[in-house]
Amino acid sequence: MTVLDARIPSGPIERKWSDHRFDMRLVSPANKRKFSIIVVGTGLGGASAAATLGELGYRVKAFTFHDSARRAHSIAAQGGINAAKNYHGDGDSVYRLFYDTVKGGDFRSREANVYRLAEVSNNIIDQCVAQGVPFAREYGGLLDNRSFGGAQVSRTFYAKGQTGQQLLLGAYQALSRQVKERTVELHTNMEMLDLVVVDGRAVGIVTRDLRTGEIASHAADAVVLATGGYSNAFYLSTNAMACNTSAIWRAHRRGAMFANPCYTQIHPTAIPASDEFQSKLTLMSESLRNDGRIWVPTDADEARSAADIPEDARDYFLERRYPAFGNLSPRDISSRAAKERVDAGFGVGPLKNGVYLDFSEAIGRLGRDAIAAKYGNLFDMYQRITGEDPYLAPMRIYPAPHYTMGGLWVDYELQTTIPGLFAIGEANFSDHGANRLGASALMQGLADGYFVLPATIGNYLAPMLGRPKVDTTASEFAQVEADVRARVDRFLGSRGTRSVDWFHRELGRIVWDHCGMSRTKEGLEKALSEIPALRAEFESDVRVPGSGDTINSSLEKAGRVEDFFELAELMCRDALVREESCGGHFREEHQTADGEALRDDVNFAHVTAWEWSGDSAAPVEHREQLEYENVEMATRSYK
Amino acid sequence: MNLTLRVWRQAGPSEPGRFETYEATDVSEDSSFLEMLDLVNDGLIRRGEEPIEFMHDCREGICGTCGMMIDGQAHGPQARTTTCQLHMRSFSDGDEIVIEPWRAAGFPVLKDLVVDRSAFDRIVESGGYISVETGSAQDANLTPIPKDDADRAMDAAACIGCGACVAACPNGAAQLFTSAKLAHLNLLPQGQPERSRRTLAMVGVMEETFGSCTNYGECEAACPKGISIDFIAMMNRDHRRALMTERRGA
Amino acid sequence: MATTTDAAGATTRPTPFLLVLYRSALGKKYLMAVSGIVGLGYILAHMLGNLKLYQSPEAFNAYAEFLRRLLYPILPESGALNLLRAVLVLALVVHVVAAAQLTALNRRARPERYRSRRDYVVADFAARTMRWTGVIVLLFLAYHLADLTWGWVNPAPEGATVYDKVVASFSRTPIAALYLVANAALGAHLFHGVWSLFQSMGWSSPRFDPVRRTLATAFTAVVIGGNLSFPIAVQLGIVA
Repeated sequence: MTVLDARIPSGPIERKWSDHRFDMRLVSPANKRKFSIIVVGTGLGGASAAATLGELGYRVKAFTFHDSARRAHSIAAQGGINAAKNYHGDGDSVYRLFYDTVKGGDFRSREANVYRLAEVSNNIIDQCVAQGVPFAREYGGLLDNRSFGGAQVSRTFYAKGQTGQQLLLGAYQALSRQVKERTVELHTNMEMLDLVVVDGRAVGIVTRDLRTGEIASHAADAVVLATGGYSNAFYLSTNAMACNTSAIWRAHRRGAMFANPCYTQIHPTAIPASDEFQSKLTLMSESLRNDGRIWVPTDADEARSAADIPEDARDYFLERRYPAFGNLSPRDISSRAAKERVDAGFGVGPLKNGVYLDFSEAIGRLGRDAIAAKYGNLFDMYQRITGEDPYLAPMRIYPAPHYTMGGLWVDYELQTTIPGLFAIGEANFSDHGANRLGASALMQGLADGYFVLPATIGNYLAPMLGRPKVDTTASEFAQVEADVRARVDRFLGSRGTRSVDWFHRELGRIVWDHCGMSRTKEGLEKALSEIPALRAEFESDVRVPGSGDTINSSLEKAGRVEDFFELAELMCRDALVREESCGGHFREEHQTADGEALRDDVNFAHVTAWEWSGDSAAPVEHREQLEYENVEMATRSYK
Repeated sequence: MNLTLRVWRQAGPSEPGRFETYEATDVSEDSSFLEMLDLVNDGLIRRGEEPIEFMHDCREGICGTCGMMIDGQAHGPQARTTTCQLHMRSFSDGDEIVIEPWRAAGFPVLKDLVVDRSAFDRIVESGGYISVETGSAQDANLTPIPKDDADRAMDAAACIGCGACVAACPNGAAQLFTSAKLAHLNLLPQGQPERSRRTLAMVGVMEETFGSCTNYGECEAACPKGISIDFIAMMNRDHRRALMTERRGA
Repeated sequence: MATTTDAAGATTRPTPFLLVLYRSALGKKYLMAVSGIVGLGYILAHMLGNLKLYQSPEAFNAYAEFLRRLLYPILPESGALNLLRAVLVLALVVHVVAAAQLTALNRRARPERYRSRRDYVVADFAARTMRWTGVIVLLFLAYHLADLTWGWVNPAPEGATVYDKVVASFSRTPIAALYLVANAALGAHLFHGVWSLFQSMGWSSPRFDPVRRTLATAFTAVVIGGNLSFPIAVQLGIVA
């Protein structure tokens, strides 16, 4: 085990980023043209990074496996984006946003990164408004805000229930502008299948064209991964169907350490599954908790419809347990509280797998029109999916895997343990600790992409000026290409009886049961024996029909699911060694008498970063100690 | 419920296609249309046959990836609903459902129900943005924007780029898409400096590939986000004005 | 875009505005709307003028003579009338040529047609048949001119008054029926066309938009109602 150095700049926290920006080496405008940068992924992080790097003058090659740079799953974020603008004079500040985020992350994030995030949050809003993002406004023409879970101020900027969409379109438009300017070469329908490392530095990637099947190499002076999170390890999650871990997992296998894989966020407000063939879970924005009240019947055998259940037969369990934050308690706490009620038999709905999110009180207070103006599209979506009208009957919700705080380990400059390989947005681990607050994912993706990475990547590139370039004729590229081809051929040669999706669903069931909302030593050990067994079955019994030289969704999924098998093991292993409960990681062995998470700051105030050591050997654990110089580590209380 | 599907199968962009008939059995009415196709595909894969390729991703109606003609309607019979959000309770046991890809010169078929919509990206690349370098923006509240303008811009910006408007248009026209992109930016103060250039450039690229508008209104009816053809009128006005005010060499 | 560039890249003389406008499909639609408005003005005036059939033969003939001597003596006899005719012909040519070119463009925009039956949601019969109603109206127009303007196919004797020509023509039941059919086609064309021109011209505002459909319906009802009444009145012997 080694101790990782995040290379955090010295000095007071308010000055770290500005001082460091001055200290970093620069690449002059004329020399930027001499450097090429690969950006994989065109979500909020990737698109904003590629656009900004292009504006700066770097030669950028951007890759997305979607048919357009506008389709990444950032687009599905509904609620909003945080910023410490304090436009409403309710006492917000950079420091408060920083403090809330560190506390919300259950003291498992890196102070310096979080402070920087809070600092640039204001620039993000300015930038997005200038790009034409149509944020909600008040009649005076100024920006509107709402409040979100885990905060006692209104700092969330939003665009109806489609904030992620609008921010992504802003970044996509900025990227499109650079495509037109020819500073960015955009490759759509191209999936990164592996990373190429030469002399310990990341120098390129190998991709497969999802339409023609062509496998090709691309070289650059640096590689940026902006490929999102790995919630689809659970199969059923709120992520898009194609979200996967392959880019970061392949990078991990090539030497990038993977940090805190067990930190996964379960979002409290998704629509419960209706049957076992369901392909994904749909999120209802957390913003609904501003006006909706969450409850279950006090009687487990309650048979009346929700509207007929009198007040004294309802248990508003969040308001009861956490009176200060009530229905706006952080995600991990709200999720577990719902799970606790459902596990105790108080669930609602035909499968008794949900809790009520009730708007009747808000509709009575504000009127149906006001509620429709705020949440109309969400209500419509709920009705389309369930066939029930949430204006008349309460919604049914249940927690669902939603976001992964873990990811590739990066230092303060967002560089992984492979020099030249950077990870931004959800693909890295750095800013949210063990739990992410609502409206902070969009903030982090754009902070990394617009403001942090474009500054820090110069510090890596500057000393490379004049050094000989590695191009795709290097033998390492040929070797990685051969590996990729062999893997594709192996899948195409499969003659089993089951679809890739079947294995994915089974894998997801294991991960959800044992490494989901709450975890135990026995469960995790069981998962660690079940996953390899299922993996062996996958290798022998999967069926990938069709050929490799055309669109072949089974082939695409086969590689992604195989990587999920390996990641799932690491998630369980990480959850097993973290003998405490913190944020999204809840170990049943570590809880207080009244069921709250019990953190162990003496032994676990660190990041666990895993090093790949081959297919047959166990991964090696490394640590980064977390120092809290500004925020006092305290038991998180939302009571 | 049990259904009979007639699905367009086409091996590649230049291969001839044909309808194939499949039986979908034991479909839950709570499942989505795409989950119903998943079920059919699962059966095909078990038999070693190639599954039906279709476009999809978020399955919550926002990424704009999915889309197909279902019984002669873009995204199927339910108004304001993407294919992924269409649920089987919209159909009845025993129905025959005909499924075909989007068809337009701008959307060539790649395989089965998958089409190439990159023409939309080319329209945006030609000018569908506000030129502002990262970090050069003024404070976000320095320019107040009337709420109505911001809300209308948002209505236009709600476009998900799925292409249902083109698919549903009897002329294969992309006016609704282009006008929505234009209106989003042209309605905002930030969008004014480039308003004319943007309008001329985007309309120009649109007309290279897509048809012209005859004001049927099918696009608006098919649009899963309910984007209004009022934006087409606005585009027409902006375009004319841009042509009239355009300076030499612009 | 509106300028031509020579080989050396220097900007030369700007292309005329109308040509620039006409080059784009949006511009063609705009010109179709403008020429349509010219046609609408004519069609309305034509119908209103013809209402004099109900007043008396003299009033009707005097109206025809008035048109012939419009703006006389500023312009020569028939001068204003011929000028109006020229404008109408020009509008008609622009309308028809633009329609033909746009139709060709639209065919190219969907080279492969849908193989399954389309289920239209809002496109009504009138909108979907614009091309056909347009062709019918065009053919009818040719006959109408040959019948009542040039008199080639009119049964009235040489030198008959305009009133007599109208009555002679509409007294034949098949011809009266032809006028009814042609006006039905014209009605369908106007019903969509009048609404459509607001879109093409970009005349849209939240308060005004709901009225556009009503306007199109009312205009169509008035014009076609009037037009249909003439052959019916002759057939019923109200006008003789």
